[in-house]
Amino acid sequence: MTDVSASAHASFRPSMLIYDRRYRSLTFQVIVFILVMAALWWLIGNTISNLNAMGKSFDFGFLFQRAGYDISGTPIPYTGNDSHLRATVVGLLNTLIVSILGCIAATILGVAVGVARLSKNWLFARLMTVYVEIFRNIPLLLWILVIYAVFTEILPAPNAYRGDDPAWSMILFDHVALTNRYTAIPTLGMDNDPGSLDLGARVTVNWATIAFVVALVGGWFVRRAINAHAQKVQDRTGVRPATLWKNLAVMILPSLFLIWYFGLHLLPPALKGFNFTGGLNITNSLVVLWLALTLYTAAFIAEIVRAGILAVSRGQSEAAFALGLRPKRTMNLVILPQALRVIIPPLISQYLNLTKNSSLAIAVGYMDLRGTLGGTTLNQTGRELEAIVLMMLIYLTLSLIISAGMNVFNSRVKLKER
Amino acid sequence: MKKSVFLGTVAAATMIAGMGMAQEGSTLSQVKERGELNCGVNTGLVGFAAPDANGNWAGFDVALCRAVAAAVLGDASKVKFVPTTGQTRFTAVSSGEVDVLARNSTWTYSRDTDLKLDFVGVNYYDGQGFMVNKELGVTSAKELDGATICIQTGTTTELNLADYFRANQMDYTPVNIDSNAEGEQQYMAGACDAYTTDASGLAATRAAFANPENHIILPEIISKEPLGPAVRHGDNNWGDIVRWTLNALIAAEEYGVTSRNIEELVRSSENPEVQRLLGTTDDLGAMMGLDAEWAKRAILANGNYGEIFAANIGEQTPIGLARGLNAQWTQGGLLYASPFR
Amino acid sequence: MSDTHAETVSFVRDTMLPSAPPPATQAGAVHWLRENLFAGPINTVLTIIGALIIWFLFSHYWDWFAHSVWNANSLSECRQIILETWGEGARGACFAVIRERWNQYVFGFYPPELYWRPTMAAGLLIVALVPVLFSSSLTIRRAVLAITAVVTLACMVALGSPAIWLGFTAVVMAGAIFASERNLSWLLPFSMLYPLMMIWFLWGGSAWGPIFILAGPVLGWVAWRLLAGRAPMIAVLAGILVTLLFWLFLSGPAAEDAQRLLPMGIEAVRSDRFGGFLLSVTIGVAGIAMSLPLGIVLALSRQSDMFLIKSLSVVFIEFIRGVPLITLLFVASLLLNYFLPPGTNFDIILRVIIMVTIFAAAYMAEVIRGGLAALPRGQYEAADALGLDYWKAQRLIILPQALKISIPGIVSTFIGMFKDTTLVTFVGLYDPLKSMSDAVRASIEWKGIYWEPYIFVGAIFFIICFAMSRYSMYLERRLQRDHK
Repeated sequence: MTDVSASAHASFRPSMLIYDRRYRSLTFQVIVFILVMAALWWLIGNTISNLNAMGKSFDFGFLFQRAGYDISGTPIPYTGNDSHLRATVVGLLNTLIVSILGCIAATILGVAVGVARLSKNWLFARLMTVYVEIFRNIPLLLWILVIYAVFTEILPAPNAYRGDDPAWSMILFDHVALTNRYTAIPTLGMDNDPGSLDLGARVTVNWATIAFVVALVGGWFVRRAINAHAQKVQDRTGVRPATLWKNLAVMILPSLFLIWYFGLHLLPPALKGFNFTGGLNITNSLVVLWLALTLYTAAFIAEIVRAGILAVSRGQSEAAFALGLRPKRTMNLVILPQALRVIIPPLISQYLNLTKNSSLAIAVGYMDLRGTLGGTTLNQTGRELEAIVLMMLIYLTLSLIISAGMNVFNSRVKLKER
Repeated sequence: MKKSVFLGTVAAATMIAGMGMAQEGSTLSQVKERGELNCGVNTGLVGFAAPDANGNWAGFDVALCRAVAAAVLGDASKVKFVPTTGQTRFTAVSSGEVDVLARNSTWTYSRDTDLKLDFVGVNYYDGQGFMVNKELGVTSAKELDGATICIQTGTTTELNLADYFRANQMDYTPVNIDSNAEGEQQYMAGACDAYTTDASGLAATRAAFANPENHIILPEIISKEPLGPAVRHGDNNWGDIVRWTLNALIAAEEYGVTSRNIEELVRSSENPEVQRLLGTTDDLGAMMGLDAEWAKRAILANGNYGEIFAANIGEQTPIGLARGLNAQWTQGGLLYASPFR
Repeated sequence: MSDTHAETVSFVRDTMLPSAPPPATQAGAVHWLRENLFAGPINTVLTIIGALIIWFLFSHYWDWFAHSVWNANSLSECRQIILETWGEGARGACFAVIRERWNQYVFGFYPPELYWRPTMAAGLLIVALVPVLFSSSLTIRRAVLAITAVVTLACMVALGSPAIWLGFTAVVMAGAIFASERNLSWLLPFSMLYPLMMIWFLWGGSAWGPIFILAGPVLGWVAWRLLAGRAPMIAVLAGILVTLLFWLFLSGPAAEDAQRLLPMGIEAVRSDRFGGFLLSVTIGVAGIAMSLPLGIVLALSRQSDMFLIKSLSVVFIEFIRGVPLITLLFVASLLLNYFLPPGTNFDIILRVIIMVTIFAAAYMAEVIRGGLAALPRGQYEAADALGLDYWKAQRLIILPQALKISIPGIVSTFIGMFKDTTLVTFVGLYDPLKSMSDAVRASIEWKGIYWEPYIFVGAIFFIICFAMSRYSMYLERRLQRDHK
């Protein structure tokens, strides 16, 4: 017996590849690797031979051809004479717009509902539970279709605003008109237009926008400096200087000045011809998609928030009260930081889900990435392989960026273990 | 060899889902071996192709599929209808998922060449038009400047619309919709001023409204839309079969061969052209690998072109389309079947 | 003592008073109202808002529901009935569309004379699930089995099922009730076999196909038995290899030959006849059944020490999770034919099921990985200390606990997947929500009916998904072993 084991250690036999735990995993990995490579090779080989048989090629040249179709709702200038690439970018921007708007609104609504479900108010808490259960258990596609139907069937055509005694009138002091095509909102007009910065590719940014961004970001930094200084004074003397008015001033005054300087005012939309003009018409497909994504995702976020708050044990808040912290500070300093740690990871996946679900824009004809690149472009050029591969890569990149960004944030709120 | 190994791999799955695949050789032999014709159709456009409550397909395009099945397989019911969306239709043909695509698709240059399809003929001459509500007071498409227009994505109409408005220096806002049903909903609710699609589709849609008289179809036809069946590029014999089935239906109307009098004509017709068509004299079918009576069966399936038209989209149906361009050349239309000789 | 006491204390209670009822504001309905509805200004405002919402919904939609018409053959007939019954200007729901198109919504385009087959498949599915879902409670089991048996048989009779299948179902049901009373594990073989049977019930065709597919593992087991004594590792490999080879090369031709010699089977139903809820449930059940094992394998690979395995599964999971399901469905419908040998063409439903499965499996893997990570390190160490090898440790110690922790996540993945089955509409399949409703609306009679189909389909989805989530909560409670 000893002889056998000694020799096994001394020399290598092929059977050891299976029976020796040191080699087994290696054998297994090599086999799996070979299988995966073979499968890939087989798939790629098939694809090449299929493409050859159909006389097609795999190239992205079609992106630079003239697109020829029009898109409703373009964040950057676009006409049918532009290339498919530009149409793709327009689609991507539309996807981003609805995703970002959706994430923000869903977070606000979700947190509110999640807290309301924990409220002591019997009626309101029950109502919120009904809302959450209904939205969580019915497919998103149905919500999109229903909200779309609500918008088209219940809201009036722009025609209803016509005449001396219109059937519908504009709301918010004649500034906003709800129609079954779009929501007409005012745009900003300037008496003193500073002109625009040309970023190339017909994308321009108004200098006024830049000025506002600079003013806000600058204000935020100044505010931080003021607060840091106040902290220092407090550490030294024990008395914190009043910062509220200073903070408000640096945040608001520059903007007020800019508004006065550029002569900013609202240009309300007015009915002219078939449609409202003069203002900004936000297409209903965007509003519907945004609303549906928000309501649907908020139901999930509400559950996450509720679970997160419940996950903080009662002892924590009791301990904080015992230390003499007031309820608000208890919430800010004790409960929230702990709850956030539970809330953030699932919240990230909800943001990811929302972004991916925005591809259901197909149901309402919102021209997002799937509608342009994966829809009309694919159809007009017949390049399904390239278009879908490119579309998947873009979505994948988006997802990876979101999860990477959120992971950074996550690691910052993570419990510091020392 | 590689292939047979793979087929083994999916064999289990194949059995499980109870379907056959594995095809090689010409489309004709595949269809015969399979015993049924895979036909790509619209997911639901009344009059052209739509399933009823029991899933029985009916319509103008469907009738063509049945005629081809009757010619090739001898049984008009041996058709598997594959509903295709605007997105999936051409891929379905080029990948071999369907043998023939009869989904009111426009025959265009790039589809015929770049998309590797072969359009084998025209079964309906159409053109893109506009429908508007009477209340708008619009009488011409030229007055649509600034209008909101509902349009189905992924169709040639999208490009035509863009071209037309650009050429006339007008502005419009497109409302992209996914299906005809959605387009109707949007249009009816007034979410768009005008609905644009093929004039036949507009007529069909308008006919189904509760009060059709409130809607008018504008006189401008802004494009040519020859709709026809398409097959995969490269199998010319299969293309011939579909092309000549269509021609047989058209020719049958021209020569007065209907599903009712066909048996009698087989026995008694003195017209050599009819005799050739019905296979009583020459054996034309053998030239494309079919038997002599292929055209007879194709006509018997749903009748000749005129009968199919009348039964599905003609003036007696709710769709109520006039023959117009789709009349025989002898009647001032464009239908002109090549001679059977 | 008592004296002094009596002198210093002016009053001593010598009888206990009966406890008085709390003041009116501290008890009963008033107290409850104050506590739960009107505690503080914010609370009161919330109550008022809530009441307003309810009143708004009620006042706007009650008449519409109250005037529902359930018996009509077209929308115009519906409107006529509402006009006649409720007078000018009244509005009402026309649920008659559901009644008239019920079969279309439930069975799609399945041949009407065969409706009993999906019904039987659904009834037996519940029987097969009983040992998995309700293993702990005899009462629940009794109720579920009794109701299932009665409903299934009644429906089958109503749908004109042949006597032989009626008898088969009755025997299975009776056997299940018997097994459930005596020893539930007798039902397990049926549960294991059922997936194959269900596929056969739904699609039909030759019975030899499933039989020969079943023969594969049996032959594999024989091979394993023959070799197990000499070389256990090789025996396992041989068993797997024999099964696979049999499936790959023999089962197909053998089934065909057998069918030729002894035809045995039921009418085949093609995939294009599937639609409505039958389609959703088929895709959903198949996806659920396959995504869980696949998800476990992926999760274990991701936790594995083997670098290559781990990286492959990470890439796979992140890729699938990074793209929308709708693009995967487009891959299934548009691109799969590029990746497979020319001329291969396989069933669109099968393609969709595969895509839905791998999509759900990637999510499942992450859920289960969470469960694995949440398990205390000590459990792994204890398993090692007991001398268990990897598979034994996973099977006996790690996975049972990890899966238990992951139940809520697993069930929500199931729910998400079932809801996602509606997306198949975008690849031309007749899902109940969009395609089927569009098809119904395409007919002249029901043109312009929007809300009723949405409400109906939404209600069905709600019932199924809500039941699943409640079941997961029940399961969580049942599996709670620690004390809190």
